Amino acid sequence: MTARHASSRLRSSTYRLGPPVVVFLAVLGVWYAISLSLDPDRQFLLPTPNEVIDVGFVNQDNLFQVLEGLLWTLAVSMTGLVIAIVLGMTSAIMMSQAKWVETSFYPYAVIIQTVPILAIVPLVGLWLGFGFTSRVVVCVIISIFPIITNTLFGLQSVPASFHDLFTLHRAGRMTRLLKLQFPNALPAIFAGFRISAGLSVIGAIVGEFFFRKGIPGLGRLLDLYRARLLTEQLFTALVFSSLLGILVFWGFGFLGRLVVGKWHETT
Amino acid sequence: MGDRQISNIQPLNNGDTRGGGSSSTLISFANVSKTFPDGTHAVDNVSFTVEPGQFVTVVGPSGCGKSTLLRMGSGLLPVSSGEVNRADGTLGYVFQDATLLPWRTVQKNVELFCELRSFDRSERRQRARDAIDLVGLGGFHRHYPAALSGGMKMRVSLARSLTLDPPLFFFDEPFGALDEITREYLNLELLRIFAHAGFGAVFITHNLYEAVFLSTDVLVMSSRPGRILRSFKVPFHYPRHLDLRFDPAFAELTGEVSEVLRDE
Repeated sequence: MTARHASSRLRSSTYRLGPPVVVFLAVLGVWYAISLSLDPDRQFLLPTPNEVIDVGFVNQDNLFQVLEGLLWTLAVSMTGLVIAIVLGMTSAIMMSQAKWVETSFYPYAVIIQTVPILAIVPLVGLWLGFGFTSRVVVCVIISIFPIITNTLFGLQSVPASFHDLFTLHRAGRMTRLLKLQFPNALPAIFAGFRISAGLSVIGAIVGEFFFRKGIPGLGRLLDLYRARLLTEQLFTALVFSSLLGILVFWGFGFLGRLVVGKWHETT
Repeated sequence: MGDRQISNIQPLNNGDTRGGGSSSTLISFANVSKTFPDGTHAVDNVSFTVEPGQFVTVVGPSGCGKSTLLRMGSGLLPVSSGEVNRADGTLGYVFQDATLLPWRTVQKNVELFCELRSFDRSERRQRARDAIDLVGLGGFHRHYPAALSGGMKMRVSLARSLTLDPPLFFFDEPFGALDEITREYLNLELLRIFAHAGFGAVFITHNLYEAVFLSTDVLVMSSRPGRILRSFKVPFHYPRHLDLRFDPAFAELTGEVSEVLRDE
């Protein structure tokens, strides 16, 4: 039975992993074809994958430069995310407790979301300088909205009959919040974390295009490589920045399953 | 979310007997009516009382204001006119939906009411364990609601109310969403627990057989606005068995109830 189980698992993972692997190989093939068909003096525009690996990954100096940038970007985005989580959840809880807070402030949360981040970034730089603080502020601005909306939605989506139960047993506002609304909101809150974590990484990278002081993060490096036509390293930085996004997204998904997975089907 | 205060429940037994009950009356409805702000006239001039040991079932067509009646009886909803008097003590209230908190295990769900009423830890654990055993779910303490069948969820819901040992229970179509076999089985279980715990009950259903099988009294309600058309005393002794449903006297009584419902 275990053998059959194992083989069926193997088969199902083949079905799942097979198609994306085929697509990956096909993309590599097309990449090679285009790269090799380019004029030699224009080939820097699209170096072959093995050139990218040689220059960007095998060359340790180049690799460490990107990795250092990666760590720095991670530090900025996670600091921003933590602040966004604290501020976002606090404001959502306040909105859930008093309707007037919600009606007064929620529209502005929406506006923050709709203003293009590129329009805000230069202002933030003017006010707060071009270092760590400004980058973190950009991350907070870009990632706070999903936390507010998801937390608020979770707190407010408690079924009416559950509220009736708590009313019948004379539960106070705090008990209702802690034992009913907050646990009810957890799945939505973690879904919000996951979205915001990805946005925060984007915020950190975008911020660095404008803020050139301090240790260069991935965004600075991307800009630098572009300016110097270092296409191989540009690819390396690109790969790592998407890996960072994936890692953060997956990490928060994992955290969510850890906390609510026992009773809630996380998607 | 509207009004979350317990409202309009008058204390009983303070010399005021307008509700028409004796000193042991668990709840009395006196000329209770309800009109909602949108003009819907849901309940019209309903009066009845529940004494200890009485199992009163209200039958009526869907949407006739049966649930509204219970909500007014519990204080979740204010009456428009008339009066509800309820004796001291907590109220067991089992909804049609089991309303189990999905993030809590069976044990923790059953502990909830004791927790809200600030019982100490060992007391609420013990009460929960006893109640879980009483509804026949021993061994399922660590399960989450998602892993339980509909019938089991209703048992947990019942156990949760039993922990507070309420003198009076409201059941708002608790078995309405279950299949016939599970419903029959839970009817028997409910009677067993009724005999054991000795509470008074107001039970709502639109199933005539269930109504007659469970109750000491059956009240037939009209469609909206809900009025009590007629009340029946059910003469059969407890404990009752499923065979009772094939008794000619049982058939005759359900027939009478059915006729009242059809005529209105």
